[in-house]
Amino acid sequence: MPPIRSEVLELRATPDIVHVRQTVRARAAEMGFTLVDQTKLVTAASELARNAITYGGGGRVRIEALEEDTRRGLRLTFEDQGAGIANVEQALTDGYTTGNGLGLGLGGARRLVNEFSIHSRVGEGTRVTITRWM
Amino acid sequence: MTAGGGAMERIPILQMGEFLLVTIQVDLNDTLAQTLMDDLTAKVAATGARGVLIDISSVTVVDSFIGRMLNDIAATSRVLDATTVVVGMQPAVAITLVELGLSLGGVRTALNVDRGIALLRAALAAPADATHPE
Amino acid sequence: MARTPERRAQRPVRDARADARHARDAQHPIATVLAEHEAELLTEWLAGQRSTVRRPDLIRDSELNAQAAEFLATLRQAVMTGNVRDVQAPAYDGVRSVLGTLSRARSLQGFTPSETAMFVFSLKGPLYARLRRAVPGGPDQVIDTMAAAGHLLDQLGLYTVEVYQRSREEVIARQQEDMMELSTPVVKLWDGIVALPMIGTLDSARTQVVMETLLQRIVETGAEVAIIDITGVPTVDTLTAQHLLKTVTAARLMGADCIISGIRPQIAQTIVHLGVDLTDVTTKATLADALRLAFTRVGAANGVPLRQTPARA
Repeated sequence: MPPIRSEVLELRATPDIVHVRQTVRARAAEMGFTLVDQTKLVTAASELARNAITYGGGGRVRIEALEEDTRRGLRLTFEDQGAGIANVEQALTDGYTTGNGLGLGLGGARRLVNEFSIHSRVGEGTRVTITRWM
Repeated sequence: MTAGGGAMERIPILQMGEFLLVTIQVDLNDTLAQTLMDDLTAKVAATGARGVLIDISSVTVVDSFIGRMLNDIAATSRVLDATTVVVGMQPAVAITLVELGLSLGGVRTALNVDRGIALLRAALAAPADATHPE
Repeated sequence: MARTPERRAQRPVRDARADARHARDAQHPIATVLAEHEAELLTEWLAGQRSTVRRPDLIRDSELNAQAAEFLATLRQAVMTGNVRDVQAPAYDGVRSVLGTLSRARSLQGFTPSETAMFVFSLKGPLYARLRRAVPGGPDQVIDTMAAAGHLLDQLGLYTVEVYQRSREEVIARQQEDMMELSTPVVKLWDGIVALPMIGTLDSARTQVVMETLLQRIVETGAEVAIIDITGVPTVDTLTAQHLLKTVTAARLMGADCIISGIRPQIAQTIVHLGVDLTDVTTKATLADALRLAFTRVGAANGVPLRQTPARA
């Protein structure tokens, strides 16, 4: 089913993370997500936006409002053209990091949403899609 | 780090006797968070403060980056002989942090500023720190 | 349920004279019988109901008589419009309203769905008998009329079952909501102490609601200690145990301590068996033990004398 609303934000530098958080918060609130659900989705978005900027050299995020027969949700797709991830399983493990973070970004984001998928090719980039249903 | 407009922005640090008080009322971008940490460390060292209180009751998102900042502030202050207490975390933020996998083990917490101050005073009075093993 | 153009066409605008002629010439035999023998039909129908489906334990005769009379009156008005097929049409608004009220009331009074539907179906006997005598023409016309009457009453009978079912579902949904509310009664025991006595099986969804409610109440009451009493919880699975653990951690992040009390021996074994680590969580055997510990914690923070015995609530 096609999204009922869609927009794209650029991810160039760390101040853009705040913009992503605020936009996702506004969309989730408009749709009527509970405060806890809003916070989970916004936090996941913050982690993935930072990943795309810090490790992916920047990219973009598509924010889509979904409406199916029995449920509504928000889908976020983060894309970068960075170095890619050689071992996705390892990257999803808590505590694993190549940078100076806590290594909770990917695995943590996965726990905060209902659906999580990641596609990465070394040298081509990474695409992470998350969905949270109401 | 980008050298953008963040250079002008600073979160004010108040001094109250032996304690330093910080109230975060903006959506923290990474630069601002880093600046706050640097400022706090410098001020603890300069004033010989024995306690740091950070009020996050207006903060709606704490991701792993901000969580790490809070952890690092507490750890650095401890080295400089000051106790850190984070007060006023919202339920939605707390639930999300737990789901993210961040328990902020090294950070003391309190429900509000009053309780936080009481905790800092108690920590000063009881150097053995018997009631709160870490 | 949308009003189709055909239905509107059944009620064209006419002048009064045409209306009268229509009533005399084109009236359906069912309408004629209902109009001319309403009182007799009512008597015969009620007599039939008394001998078959009457439930004197659930409904008084006077109430039953009033319901039957009202139903016959609205049915006559509906049938007089010429429509004897489509009970969803606006002409039957009155009939459906009477049956709706009746079915809802009966589902609450304790009637079975069959007994509720029999209210309508039991009209068939007396109505058929009257129609047989009143319908002019040959057997074909009698059969057609009977079939039409049967179809009409069947639809109305089924409508009572639908309403009956719907009102039962409403009751269940409301009870589920009530249970959800009742199952998360966060009570303030003392200044700075709240307790959550949990009762019944904890599934993952309910535990999540409980967790959010408890944390919210901690903020509202400024409680430093929250006691989660699970004396009334028969079993705990891995997910639920983890939810409990997360609640304790989240409360600590907010600046409140949690104490879990009333863990049954089997649950303690389950928790250990499942490998859930509760070493960082304070547990007490009973709610009373937990409360005693809570007093020392709150007292220590507030400077309240520890030996002071709290008044019994």
